[in-house]
Amino acid sequence: MTDTNPGAITSEVVSHLASLARIALTTDEIEKLTGELGAIVNSVAKVSEVATDDVPATSHPIPLSNVFRADVPGVTLTTEQALAGAPEHDGSRFAVSAILGEEQ
Amino acid sequence: MADLNDLTRLSASELATKLSSGEVSSVEATQAHLDRIAAVDDKVHAFLHVSADALANAKRIDERRAAGESLGELAGVPVAVKDVLCTIDMPTTAGSKILEGWVPPYDATPVAKLRAAGLIPLGKTNMDEFAMGSSTEHSAYGPTHNPWDLDRIPGGSGGGSAAAVSAFEAPLALGSDTGGSIRQPASVTGSVGVKPTYGGVSRYGAIALASSLDQVGPVSRTVLDSALLHDVIGGWDPRDSTSLNEQWPSFAAAARAGAAAESLKGLRVGVIKQLDSPGFQAGVSQRFHEALQLLTDFGAEIVEVDAPHFEYAVEAYYLILPAEASSNLAKFDSVRFGLRVTPEGGGTVEDVMAATREAGFGDEVKRRIILGTYALSAGYYDAYYGSAQKVRTLIQRDFAAAFEKADVLVSPSAPTTAFKLGEKLEDPMAMYLNDVTTIPANLAGIPGMGLPMGLAPEDGLPTGFQIMAPARGDARLYEVGATLERLLEQQWGHTLPSQAPSLG
Repeated sequence: MTDTNPGAITSEVVSHLASLARIALTTDEIEKLTGELGAIVNSVAKVSEVATDDVPATSHPIPLSNVFRADVPGVTLTTEQALAGAPEHDGSRFAVSAILGEEQ
Repeated sequence: MADLNDLTRLSASELATKLSSGEVSSVEATQAHLDRIAAVDDKVHAFLHVSADALANAKRIDERRAAGESLGELAGVPVAVKDVLCTIDMPTTAGSKILEGWVPPYDATPVAKLRAAGLIPLGKTNMDEFAMGSSTEHSAYGPTHNPWDLDRIPGGSGGGSAAAVSAFEAPLALGSDTGGSIRQPASVTGSVGVKPTYGGVSRYGAIALASSLDQVGPVSRTVLDSALLHDVIGGWDPRDSTSLNEQWPSFAAAARAGAAAESLKGLRVGVIKQLDSPGFQAGVSQRFHEALQLLTDFGAEIVEVDAPHFEYAVEAYYLILPAEASSNLAKFDSVRFGLRVTPEGGGTVEDVMAATREAGFGDEVKRRIILGTYALSAGYYDAYYGSAQKVRTLIQRDFAAAFEKADVLVSPSAPTTAFKLGEKLEDPMAMYLNDVTTIPANLAGIPGMGLPMGLAPEDGLPTGFQIMAPARGDARLYEVGATLERLLEQQWGHTLPSQAPSLG
């Protein structure tokens, strides 16, 4: 990053974003994405031209409010169904490798 | 040559009439479509999976009909389902390796409604991975080919559904439209597709791309067929908290009224200046203006409307979509479903997750997740995601002003006819600009329809006409669309899909 363009997409930025997004990108992918994302970000940055302070943001196209359901048990998946697509399970729980690394 | 007795050449509505009169059985209709798939799908590749239960399901409908049971209008009619929708009896991959072979534990609501209405799911259709793309070239299972020219793209992300109906492999299909994934494929394959009002069709069980934009809708070869399918899948679903809890009119009735209309007198048709661009392919603009003339000759009033902020729509979309997608796709974590890849020498759950996502996601998905992660980062959130949401407000205001002057708004459905496979794959921004005509409707949540408006003179490929209506005004699309379809077919002397190469 340089002082003149703090939002610049560098390979360090892409590498950091990939770790946030939990994708183990290869060095080649990081290089390729750095160029592509730079071009895309330069293009989409155009939105700030018209996004002035007096314009409210819209998060949802058709506003709805207070979408509640009755607080009663519904029809839910059985344990068996919930585990059916899991890469690994012990019959009642999803199984994963160590949560913490050795350094922790 | 097409056989006139070939059941695959009938529209869903025509087939439904023959089914209810007993002239044709659902087993015969289903078998005819399975035969057609077997004959042409090695060339088209519209399907990722063909149902093993279709004939058995058809037989059950025939038995229920024989027993005198009162069935829905489309009972026994085959339908293809985009692979983004969960099906309890078929693998659901959303075009991604990360979900290869995954069979969901439940049906998406639109699929459940199809089954309840007696339709026969034929299989799952190909798509760009997680619906990210405009060509199906981002499917992890290889692209779909346009039935009009097998060297060209069928559009995307729902290219499989559009190709399935235009290659006569199915009379009906379900699609999903986040930025044009129903309407742009319809345009380049000469078929009909509708993105309903946001919330008009349940998204429960639709694998989410961008939750504030996604909408499930019908794909077909005629306006009436889309209306009939929309009537089946639409309506409130308490399991989707964004679904609209209100009563909808019959869209089939609207289509039938439109087809029978004697004049369009009193209808104000707004042409959006920004979407009638000199940059569009000449043959697309020519067919669009001919269609406008046809509407004028039939009594409609054409008015020009200005939507100054549409010029920012693609840019806003490519901030909102990746931001929402990066969040939605976090669920593919190697724990609960799908692929798991353990790095060499093992590692923590986080290492496994990162290795799995690296192996399971394709280039376009990684590109958008990283872009979305960037747009949502502290320090950039206001400048990018926040600004994009403001643009969304401005686009909604443009629509509101335009609908003061016009009852429907129209444009070409896509700026060009189908381009060659591979042509835009290396230039993401060029690919994104395909959706310039369709994205505004998603940002505003309003309904849009694409229907064929003829073949471009320069390349003989289909072009599409887009109609948009105010939110909740879906019936107006079917009414005006059916009138235009009739006027065009009267002029041509045939339907557009009937002119597609036979492939057989």
